[in-house]
Amino acid sequence: MLSIIPLSLAALVLVAYFGGKNRAVAVVAGRRSTLHSRPLYHGTYVAVWVGIPALLLSLVWLFLQGPVIDILLVRSLPSDLRDGLDGSQLQLLLSEIRSLAKGSVFGNPTAEVIAAAERYKAWQVLAGWALVVSSLAISIAALVITRNHIAKRFYARHRVEQVLDWLMIACSTLAILTTLGIVVSLSIESLRFFDLVSPGEFLFGLNWEPQIPIRKGQVTAGGAFGAIPVYLGTLLIALIAMLVAIPVGLLSAIYLAEYSSKRARAILKPLLEILAGIPTVVYGFFAVLVVAPALRNFGQIVGMDIAPNSALAAGGVMGIMLIPFISSFSDDAISAVPRSLREGAYGLGATKGETIVDILLPAALPGIMGGVLLAVSRAIGETMIVVMAAGIIASLTLNPLEPVTTVTVQIVTLLIGDSEFDNPKTLAAFALGLVLFLATLALNVLALRFTRKYREQYD
Amino acid sequence: MTGDNIEPIDEIQTDGFAFPAELPIKIKSRNVDVSYGDKQALFGVDLDIPANHVVALIGPSGCGKSTYLRCLNRMNDVIDIARVSGNIELDGVNIYDDTIDVVELRARIGMVFQKPNPFPKSIFDNVAYGPRIHGIANDKAELEEIVVTSLQKAGLFDEVKDRLGDSGISLSGGQQQRLCIARAIATRPEVILMDEPASALDPIATAVIEELIDELRQNFTIVIVTHSMQQAARVSQYTAFFHLGYLVEFGDTEAIFTNPTDKRTQDYITGRFG
Amino acid sequence: MTDISSEISHNWASSNARSRISRRYRRDRWLRNTGVGAIVVAMGLLGILLTSLAFTGYVAFTTTKVKLEVFLDPAKVDRNEPGKASYRNLVREAFLANFPELKKRKNKREAIKILSSGAQYILRDKVMDEPELVGQTISVLLPLSDPFDQLYKGVVPRRINALARNRIASFESLKQRGLISVENGSSYLSLAIVVGPAILKNPKRGPLKKIMRRAFAELFSGETGRVNYKILSRDAVKILQARIRKDVNFAGDKLQVKLPISPIYDALNRTGKAEKLNPRFKSEKVLDLFDALVTRGMIASPFSWELFVNSDSRFPELAGLAGAFSGSLLALLVCFLISFPVGISAAVYLEEFAPKNKFSDFIEVNINNLAAVPSVVFGLLGLAVFIGFLGMPRSVPLVGGLVLALMTLPTIIVSTRAALKSVPPSIREAALGVGASKHEVVLHHVLPLAMPGILTGTIIGLAQALGETAPLLLIGMNAFIPSIENVGLLDPATALPTQIFTWGDSPERGFVSRTSAAILVLIGFLVTMNLLAIYLRQKFETKW
Repeated sequence: MLSIIPLSLAALVLVAYFGGKNRAVAVVAGRRSTLHSRPLYHGTYVAVWVGIPALLLSLVWLFLQGPVIDILLVRSLPSDLRDGLDGSQLQLLLSEIRSLAKGSVFGNPTAEVIAAAERYKAWQVLAGWALVVSSLAISIAALVITRNHIAKRFYARHRVEQVLDWLMIACSTLAILTTLGIVVSLSIESLRFFDLVSPGEFLFGLNWEPQIPIRKGQVTAGGAFGAIPVYLGTLLIALIAMLVAIPVGLLSAIYLAEYSSKRARAILKPLLEILAGIPTVVYGFFAVLVVAPALRNFGQIVGMDIAPNSALAAGGVMGIMLIPFISSFSDDAISAVPRSLREGAYGLGATKGETIVDILLPAALPGIMGGVLLAVSRAIGETMIVVMAAGIIASLTLNPLEPVTTVTVQIVTLLIGDSEFDNPKTLAAFALGLVLFLATLALNVLALRFTRKYREQYD
Repeated sequence: MTGDNIEPIDEIQTDGFAFPAELPIKIKSRNVDVSYGDKQALFGVDLDIPANHVVALIGPSGCGKSTYLRCLNRMNDVIDIARVSGNIELDGVNIYDDTIDVVELRARIGMVFQKPNPFPKSIFDNVAYGPRIHGIANDKAELEEIVVTSLQKAGLFDEVKDRLGDSGISLSGGQQQRLCIARAIATRPEVILMDEPASALDPIATAVIEELIDELRQNFTIVIVTHSMQQAARVSQYTAFFHLGYLVEFGDTEAIFTNPTDKRTQDYITGRFG
Repeated sequence: MTDISSEISHNWASSNARSRISRRYRRDRWLRNTGVGAIVVAMGLLGILLTSLAFTGYVAFTTTKVKLEVFLDPAKVDRNEPGKASYRNLVREAFLANFPELKKRKNKREAIKILSSGAQYILRDKVMDEPELVGQTISVLLPLSDPFDQLYKGVVPRRINALARNRIASFESLKQRGLISVENGSSYLSLAIVVGPAILKNPKRGPLKKIMRRAFAELFSGETGRVNYKILSRDAVKILQARIRKDVNFAGDKLQVKLPISPIYDALNRTGKAEKLNPRFKSEKVLDLFDALVTRGMIASPFSWELFVNSDSRFPELAGLAGAFSGSLLALLVCFLISFPVGISAAVYLEEFAPKNKFSDFIEVNINNLAAVPSVVFGLLGLAVFIGFLGMPRSVPLVGGLVLALMTLPTIIVSTRAALKSVPPSIREAALGVGASKHEVVLHHVLPLAMPGILTGTIIGLAQALGETAPLLLIGMNAFIPSIENVGLLDPATALPTQIFTWGDSPERGFVSRTSAAILVLIGFLVTMNLLAIYLRQKFETKW
């Protein structure tokens, strides 16, 4: 039924376009050159007004229809059925009604539920038809009104361009909306989480055991939300990653920027960038398949006990992923140091190495720092490698041979499976997400400031 | 400036010029060719630089004067595609010989660049950098002495003596250039190459630098590239005129400016091209 | 201004100066060499990554199959209703017909495990496609179960080492001390035992065991962790008991007894190898049956179309990527349909029309920041807004595509702006000069000229989106999709990277190579997309 809308809208838009075009030609009796705007713009003008408002209405309607019907449905339920139910039980009831309305029956629904399902079905059909009728009505009204605008001196092109401007502005604001969406949704869920768990415990507590009972009678640990071990694990893995990525990346960049021949650079640089294009899930599997067992075997040989999901394996592989990141930022920063400084050093009789270490690296430091900070931000936010290769249990340790867990691992493990947003377990994921977002945001802003400062220095 | 109607020169004008017999020659160059990739930039340049004098290299832009200058301390080695052939001798030793160490050579032949290029370090560290890497000073006191005397010789010491720890970049353009001169002096070079050292400066700063060059002549041999003929006339004793990669004419500065032998030199000096 | 000390030029010829210069050059070379080293390390890691995936993954591109003659008995298979027959029994009988010697039910049950549990469905599908086959004896290729598939490909061994390295080491130390001897083809350990009189009278097994343990601990004094009583055979206690009963005269003395050692250590002692049957296989007998099939030429390992046309399965030998392909394709389609027009519009506005004010600055800051927001946060956004707030269903490609679109947007905007910037102003001025409106200039001239650059950026953005895993995981796009009958924007789906994640987490050995193979396929797609982008850039790039 709802597929009527796009089809009929498309048809109406076509009618509007050609109708507008023809009418514009007819208005001036075929002497097109006397029109202010070309017929094409008149047609587009009508078509735009026929299509866009109806489309917007449909989208808003479809988004609101579900929640509105749900509210009505809850109101219509007999009071003995809905009294004393908390949020999740109500949701359960609603989903039972919905699935019943779809035709799948589980168990023996009560008469009230069956009746509610019937109501639900009827309302949905009603809402659908109402939408069809109202959107088509808007379109046709727009068609009639805008068609009458067409005249010899009607500035159709200006109107169309205005609409285009607004469309483009709307598209640009999507970036703001996305940021806003992230901030608002994370904040709301986090606030709900902080109703259940005190922010003090979350930020400074030393015990993280989020597996609380979800259903009655489920046996789990008590549930504790002190996230310090999680932060510590995140930082430990990020640190290991940076210990791998910074030396290898920076030294590669030094070689590529200053020592290598043009030909070697043309081959090596893209090869290095392949590392950046490999999806992180591949790195995660690589950590599990190759790196962790290799470390374990190595540990056995030297008599150390290395856990299969040690921080070392996850952090090391993350470091490999970040090598091209660091190297391309450093390469850019070193290459951007003005020639004159290089020549100044050579002119004094400095060797290439001295020029690099004494002059180029200090001069490029802000740029390199910007890259390093972005890499740290990546390391903290990286998910798949740690989900596959790091631990789930939060332990308060700085030993790289032990398993630790990270913020992102917790977000994923807390949210996979259950997604009803009413228990501290799932809400904790959003609180962690908020912390993660804020931390990476701060790092990004800082990194941006470094790179901007660097650019200004040599402009 | 079109070079189509100018024939290549076989005869080098320096042949017609002889230095006074007692004048020691610091740098001798013979038949120097330079090419960047496929493009030849310098053709068979023969030129002698007398010790403790200022030699100016003049000519329209792109004439090869900077290229020649950069041959003297092998700065062209830095550019991958540059190829230099011919013979350049410093005190009778070929500087392109395999046994010559480029690092030592560049310490002995200092260079000052067109744009002031102080390192992003303190004023002190800028001057001390050369002595440090070359191990010229034996101890800290000696290093400080070198820095102070270099700054004094560059005429900058009085202006910066209270803020030697400030960044070299914080100085004004003219001061920066004198800092670069001090930096070059600090390695105790025998020759100083200057590539349009005043072109980025205002007239007052330029005057200061020019005065400085005249003083430095007592201790150093100076080769200066300049596009300003007045500057060449003011600071140099000898002048070489380059055109399209050839050394066209060489002689006493006064003679070049008052009575050039070559038509092209004449045209350039009288401002018909350039 | 003349200072004597600075007049003296540096003595470059002094040995001090010479050694200093060579030291400086050494340092220069050292820096260069560590740079080379870093490149070698990075390239080596890339090489290890790719070769390890290729080595584990290539085997999954074939499936080991057995060729069976199946008689489609019309009594068992109804031609009109072929779906109802018991194909399990048909396959079972056809397979066991090769081994008439098997009589016991237990042996038969073990033997049938050679075949994949999904074999019956393959036969069923074949018969349902061609019901006219009923009544004939057809020859079908049916896949083997995972352990035998892996065995045939040489991925898993028949036998594995029974002893860990440190166990072998402690046994070797016993051997070096001369405590191990061989008599009558079996190995003995001689153990010094002190037996008290009380026990001598009544040598019960419990106290004897304790005594043996103590003696053992003495052998490895100071290395308690490595003590391993399992070196002794199980009936060592019995033998000790018998020995004491036989001879009751060494009360309080050290009794030097030779006790038999366990079969595994015995084998280690005599052959130098201690192996046991790979626990993946039930018994040696099944392996013999499998070998018989191989020698009869009934086993082959053809190219595995299943990897591409099958959907997910719990049995690795049957699992394929079709479901992941369709999910990724749909999600990418949604992602493209949203991010491409929206990204271009936003970029055109910011580059060509936006006034330089706080608002456009703010938009720009937002875009830059979004590019660096962790992908998992986008997953949270999708979960909270699209699923939680707007009530869209979980696990569906529509939501996945929306989230990916939001993530791809910054990439497309940035590359579009770069492409627009590279169109020289002269083109704009020329078009404005003939009276085109600013919008017409952009639509008719600038955008078409910038299109190759925009497409390049879009393809690279889509390639990134194709590899994105975490946000899809959060919105549940890792559903188990055993068939591709229900494929749609609003049907639960999985995607290529989430399939890799799911398989990578599965315990079966077969999924390891399946995962690697899936990764190779994914990387293949990414390489193709990037090559396409490079091709587009080179083919249509205009140098202004």
